[in-house]
Amino acid sequence: MRAVITVVGKDRTGIIAKLSDTLYRNNVNIQDISQNVMDDMFAMVMFVDITNCVVDFSQLSSELDKDGQSLGMKVHCMHEEIFDAMHRI
Amino acid sequence: MAMINTRDILETIKMIEEEHLDIRTITMGISLRDLASDDIHTLCDKIYDKITRRAEKLVATGESIERELGIPIINKRISVTPIAMVGASTTALSYVPIAQALDRAAAATGVNFIGGFSALVQKGFAKGDEVLLNSIPEALTVTDKVCSSVNVASTKAGINLDAVSLMGHIIKATAEMTKDNQSMGCAKLVVFANAVDDNPFMAGAFHGIGEPETVLNVGVSGPGVVQSAIRRAGDCSIGEIAEIIKKTAFKITRMGQLVGSLASERLGVPFGIVDLSLAPTPAVGDSVARILEEVGLESCGCCGTTAILAMLNDAVKKGGVMASSNVGGLSGAFIPVSEDEGMIAAVRAGALSMEKLEAMTAVCSVGIDMVAVPGDTSAEVISGLIADEIAIGVVNTKTTAVRVIPAIGKGVGDSVEFGGLLGSAPIMPISTYSPAKFIHRGGRIPAPIHSLKN
Repeated sequence: MRAVITVVGKDRTGIIAKLSDTLYRNNVNIQDISQNVMDDMFAMVMFVDITNCVVDFSQLSSELDKDGQSLGMKVHCMHEEIFDAMHRI
Repeated sequence: MAMINTRDILETIKMIEEEHLDIRTITMGISLRDLASDDIHTLCDKIYDKITRRAEKLVATGESIERELGIPIINKRISVTPIAMVGASTTALSYVPIAQALDRAAAATGVNFIGGFSALVQKGFAKGDEVLLNSIPEALTVTDKVCSSVNVASTKAGINLDAVSLMGHIIKATAEMTKDNQSMGCAKLVVFANAVDDNPFMAGAFHGIGEPETVLNVGVSGPGVVQSAIRRAGDCSIGEIAEIIKKTAFKITRMGQLVGSLASERLGVPFGIVDLSLAPTPAVGDSVARILEEVGLESCGCCGTTAILAMLNDAVKKGGVMASSNVGGLSGAFIPVSEDEGMIAAVRAGALSMEKLEAMTAVCSVGIDMVAVPGDTSAEVISGLIADEIAIGVVNTKTTAVRVIPAIGKGVGDSVEFGGLLGSAPIMPISTYSPAKFIHRGGRIPAPIHSLKN
């Protein structure tokens, strides 16, 4: 099962370090990372495999949210299904 | 392993974060047809038990889907079989105890509204119907979460003018009984023509008689998303605007379809329909009126309003239909005055009149909705307003409705504050000339002809 993590805000150091640490601790595998600038925002999108995640999804989501707050960035973690539904026919 | 592109992902996040995209409601329909007792208190216990058993996990399931998908599901609600049919098995002269049982069941399950304190009287009154109608004012006064609706007309049956007349008095009585609370009872009472069986939206939801034992219906929203998409498009033709609305409606509806299918699977309840309505809220950036203005009106309510609304309503349906396996409910743009920031502003500015509002309802769902009128408006004038609005639905083979609030003790220039999703309603002037003679004639307006369509 996969999730999509997005990070939006102003660029700074330590973003990937912080998030990947949280993901590592919870046994979440990063499959892909891409970065983009859209509407003057720095945006990063990560595809992760949560099949073997050691905590439940809402716990992971709130840990990532806390990471985002400490970085001053907005972090979202959502199941991949929602994007599939909206953007694929 | 194909990846979804970043732009699409960020578009979805932006829709949710900045443009108020959400699932407006997941509504569980529960049949109460198997419940009967000649003792009303026994019946109330059966109703409470069945609803709390069937909807036990509704709220928790909705919340877990919200967390997983990252999509807010604003309301979790319940609709039940029209209570007039259920109550008819009793010898009771008031169904207020049933309303109280529904209210307790709503509180126990954690839903914010329960719909179905309803009667279908388009062709006449059966046993139970008049008892229900006469119970409405007190029922809406002593309960918080119960919503009531009465279907007084249909394209096939015509208009029950006796019921229209009665509803004028019932609305006035409800306003009087709840006058210490902004005449709030009237915000929970809808008079329908061609009411639908699978509407997930309140206050008009009930579980229709052709529906399965239990069902899950979903109402999507997203006026802000449509408005932003039109703004981004800049200068383009009206045909291109219609295309943009279709594409946006498609995406919104797909989300509703996903949430509905997940919820129905987890609850073990069949998935009914996605209702494609654009449902506004009083929040800035979540308004249907502002969509119309974005297309090119100085204010909602000016000449051109009806034409744009017709295009919007049609494009939403065209985009949404392909995105869902089953579309139903009301499916169209809602124009409730108090619940739409742009509509409120248009009324305050004097740009939107009752007459224009009535014209707008001919091309969209649902009707004269959440409109406050002076508290001294007579029952006959309210019945006349209902008759006009209902005639539009009956002749055009569509659902129309009236949810009007005679704000007791207030007049034009004042407003009523309901708070929350129900918003704030500036009191609108209404013609005070009397239709009393017409309303008191009673009887039934015959069903319209279906050929010679001009």
